Amino acid sequence: MKEQKIKISGFGGQGVILSAYIIGKAASIYDKKNASMTQAYGPEARGGACSSQVVISPKEVDYPLVDNADVLIALSQEGYDKFISILKKDGILLYDSDLVENLKHSSKIKSNPIPATRVAEELGNKIVANVVMMGFFTAVAKMVSIEAMKQSIQESVPSKYTELNMRAFDKGYNYIKNLK
Amino acid sequence: MNKNIQVKKEIYHPMEDILRMDRMPHIWCPGCGLGSDVVAFAQGIKKANIPFDKVVIVSGIGCTGRVAGYLRLDSYHTTHGRAIPFATGLKLANRELTVVVFSGDGDLFAIGGNHLIHAARRNVDINVICVNNFIYGMTGGQNAPTTPLGAYSSTAPYGNFEPPFNLVGLAAASGATYVARWTSIHIRRLADSIATAAKKKGFCFIEIVTPCATVFARKNKGGTGLDLLSEFKNRSVINHSADPTKIPLDMEGEIVCGEFVNEEKPTFWENVKEGIREKVEKKVDWEKMQSKRKRKLYAESSDDLS
Amino acid sequence: MLKKSKLHGEFFMQGDIACAEGAIAAGCRFFGGYPITPASEIAERMSYRLPMLDGVFVQFEDEIASITSILGASWAGMKSMTATSGPGWSLMNENIGLGMMMETPCVLINVQRGSPSTGLPTSWGQSDMMQAKWGSHGDYGSISLCPKSPQEFFDLTIVAFNYSEKYRLPVFILTDAIVGHMTEKVIIPPVDELEIIERKYTTKKPGEYLPYKVEKDMVPDFAKAGDGYRYHTTGLTHDERGYPVMTEECQWKCVPRLVEKITKNADNIILLEERDVEDADVVVVAYGITARTVVPAIEAAKKKGIKVGLLRLITVWPFPEKRIKELAQKVKGFVVPELNLGQIVLEVERCSAKYVTTKSITHPGGGIHKIENIVKAIEKVAYE
Repeated sequence: MKEQKIKISGFGGQGVILSAYIIGKAASIYDKKNASMTQAYGPEARGGACSSQVVISPKEVDYPLVDNADVLIALSQEGYDKFISILKKDGILLYDSDLVENLKHSSKIKSNPIPATRVAEELGNKIVANVVMMGFFTAVAKMVSIEAMKQSIQESVPSKYTELNMRAFDKGYNYIKNLK
Repeated sequence: MNKNIQVKKEIYHPMEDILRMDRMPHIWCPGCGLGSDVVAFAQGIKKANIPFDKVVIVSGIGCTGRVAGYLRLDSYHTTHGRAIPFATGLKLANRELTVVVFSGDGDLFAIGGNHLIHAARRNVDINVICVNNFIYGMTGGQNAPTTPLGAYSSTAPYGNFEPPFNLVGLAAASGATYVARWTSIHIRRLADSIATAAKKKGFCFIEIVTPCATVFARKNKGGTGLDLLSEFKNRSVINHSADPTKIPLDMEGEIVCGEFVNEEKPTFWENVKEGIREKVEKKVDWEKMQSKRKRKLYAESSDDLS
Repeated sequence: MLKKSKLHGEFFMQGDIACAEGAIAAGCRFFGGYPITPASEIAERMSYRLPMLDGVFVQFEDEIASITSILGASWAGMKSMTATSGPGWSLMNENIGLGMMMETPCVLINVQRGSPSTGLPTSWGQSDMMQAKWGSHGDYGSISLCPKSPQEFFDLTIVAFNYSEKYRLPVFILTDAIVGHMTEKVIIPPVDELEIIERKYTTKKPGEYLPYKVEKDMVPDFAKAGDGYRYHTTGLTHDERGYPVMTEECQWKCVPRLVEKITKNADNIILLEERDVEDADVVVVAYGITARTVVPAIEAAKKKGIKVGLLRLITVWPFPEKRIKELAQKVKGFVVPELNLGQIVLEVERCSAKYVTTKSITHPGGGIHKIENIVKAIEKVAYE
C-alpha cells in the first residue's frame, strides 16, 4: 500500500473536520495503519470555508499535509473550486451532486456524484450528510475497511444518534451498488 | 537600609515572633504609617488565632510590597500588580492556607486593577490589605489612581486633574464579601478587621489610609507623619452603615471608616465543588461509560459532533 | 477520590488534547489559562479533566494572571501549567522572569501561530523561538522543547514537567498550530510505566533551612507554603536566605547560577533525532513541524545524489551547540528551514561559522516552505 492522501472541503458545520477524524481514526486505530489528520478553517464557527485532510500510510507519516490529493471529497461548490486543482490527474473525486453543480475537471478524474444531503434529508436529518458521504467514500475509494469505518463512527457520534448514523453510512455505502 | 545601624539582640519587639528581626531596620521612612499597619496585621493574625505556619503573605512591588519581606511567614514578594493572581494560585492549590495579599494602592488598583476586580468577582478566598498612601512612594512620588483631585505629585506638577478611584466602593461593587476602611491611627479596629477577615470565607478587602510623610505630605504641605496622623484622626468618622460606593476620599473632607460589607456567599472553590461535583462524578463513572459510549473521554475533534 | 480518571490506551487524538493528557499523566493538577487560538483546546481539555482528578482549573482574566497563578500554585506544592500562543506569551514574559528568579517549577505551552502582533491566529508559524529564549529581561537559563506530533506533544509535556521539577524552573514547549491541531495516533501507557520526576523537598528542619542554599547540585531544595519553614522568596536579587541584597556580590552569586544550572546540565537536557547525519555532506537542521514538512525535499535531494541528513532539534534551548560544532567540522554546510524569518539559524551560524556556511530558508508563517526551495538550498550547499 502506498501513502494515500484525502482532502475534504465544504462549509463549517457540515462535519468536514469530523469526517476526516472518522477516516483517520478508522485507519489508525482500527485498521492499524498510520494516519495524520490536519485541519484548516476560517475564524467563523459556521458557514466559512473549511477543509480537512488525512494522510494514511503503512509507515509513519512524515509530511502531514495534502497538496497532491488521491481523493477529494467536495461538500460545497466553493470547496470544489478551491481544491480541484490539487487532485491528482487520475484521482478520485466524490461530491455532493446537489451542492456542486459547476464542474470543470478533466475526464481522467474518476468522478463520483452522490446527492448526500438529499439522501440524509430522506433519512430524516440532513446533519448526517457527511456520514452518507463517508459510506460512499468507503465503497468507492476502498482505502479504509468498512468495519473500521463503522466502529469509528460509532465511537465518534453521540450514542442516541448511532442508529441514524449507521443507516446513513449504509445508504452511502450501498449507493454505488444501487446505481448499477 | 543604613548598614551602620545595628539592632541589639536584647531589644525586644512585642511582635518578634512574627517579624523577621534579622531584617530590621526596615527600609521605610521615618513617619511612614506602614510600620503601624504591619503591627496591626500581626495583632490581627494573633487575635484570629491562626497558626503562623498556615498564614501566607504575598506582596507586589512598592513600599508596601516590602511588607512580605518583614513578616516571618511564608512570604512571596512578586511582580508589580500580580500579587493577587499569585495568591489565587497558592490558595487554590492548598486550601488550608490563610492567604493574605498586602500591597499598595498603585500596585493593586493601577497595574493590578484587573486582577482585583476579577478576584472579587470570583470570590476567591483570599484577603487583600491595601495600603493607600495616595501616591507612588518608592519611585519618588508620582501620580496614583488614588491621588486626590488637585493634589500635587511628581507627575502632576500642576495638580492632579484625574478623578481618583474610591477603593472600598470598587471592591464592594466587584463583589467582595467583606469591605472595610481604616487609617493607620485606628490600630485596634484595624487589627480587629484583619482578624475578622482572616477567619472569614471569601474575598475580603481592607483599605488602610496611611501617611506618606516623605513624598505625599511634602508635595502637598501636609507636614510630618505625625501631622498627617492627627489630620486623619480629625477627619475620620466611623460609620459602618455607610454605602461604600458613596464615600470617596479627597484632600479635606471626611475619611469615612468602618466595616461596610460583611456578608456570606459561596467562595470560588465552594462553587466549583457544589456546582460541578455531581456532574463530574457522573462523567467519571468509567464502567458505565465503557458499556455505553467512550466518546467524551476519547479524543474529540474540535468540530461539532453530528 | 475519583478513580480511574487517568487515561491509558491507544487514541486518535489531537495534539492539544494529547498535551493536556500528558500534563495530567505527569501529575499536573493546576491549570490557569486564558483562551487563545490555537491553544484553547488545551484549556478546554483541562477544564474537563481536572475536576475529575480533584485538580484546579481557573480561566483567568488575562495571560498575566494565568502565568502568575501557576507560580503561586507551584509554591503551594502543586504541579501547574498554562498554555497560550504568541500574543499571550508576550504578556507572560515579565512573570516568566519571576518564575526563573524564584526558581519555580511549572510548564508553559506555546502553540505558535503567524506573527507579529495578532498576525495569523488560525495559521502556522514558529515565531517565538527567540522570544522564548530572550523574552523576559535579564539572563536566565531556559529549556524549550519542540514536539513534531501529537504523540510527542504528550511525551514531551511529561519531559517538560520532569525537567521543571528537577531543575526548578518554568519549562517551555514550543509547538505550532499544525501540531496543536493535528490528530494522530497517541499511545498513552499506564501511569506506573511513566517516568515521573518530583521536585526535591528539603529534609532540613525549619530554622536550618535556607531556601536558596545550593549543596551538591546547582538546584536548591524546595519547601512549599504551609509546611512551617516560613521562608521568604522574591524577584529581587537575593541571598541564600531569600532575602533581597542589593549588591554586586550578591548579583554574582544569584544570577549566573540560574544560567549555569542549565548550561552545565545541557547534556542531560538536550534531545536530538538524527537521520542519515553521520555521512552527510549537507545537514538540514529543523524542529517541530518543519522537521516533517522538509522530508520530501530531503528525499528529492537524495535522489539527485546528494548525501543529506536531518538533525531534528527536540530540545531547542539550551541550544545543542556541541553537536552542531562537531558536525560543522565534517559537513559542507547546513540548511535551516523555519517558519519565521530566520531565528534558530542564527544559533546554527554562531556554532558553525568558523567551518562552513549555513543557509537559512525563511518563511513568514501561514503556510510551509515550497519543497523545491529547500531542494535548491540543499544543492547550493552541497555543490558550492
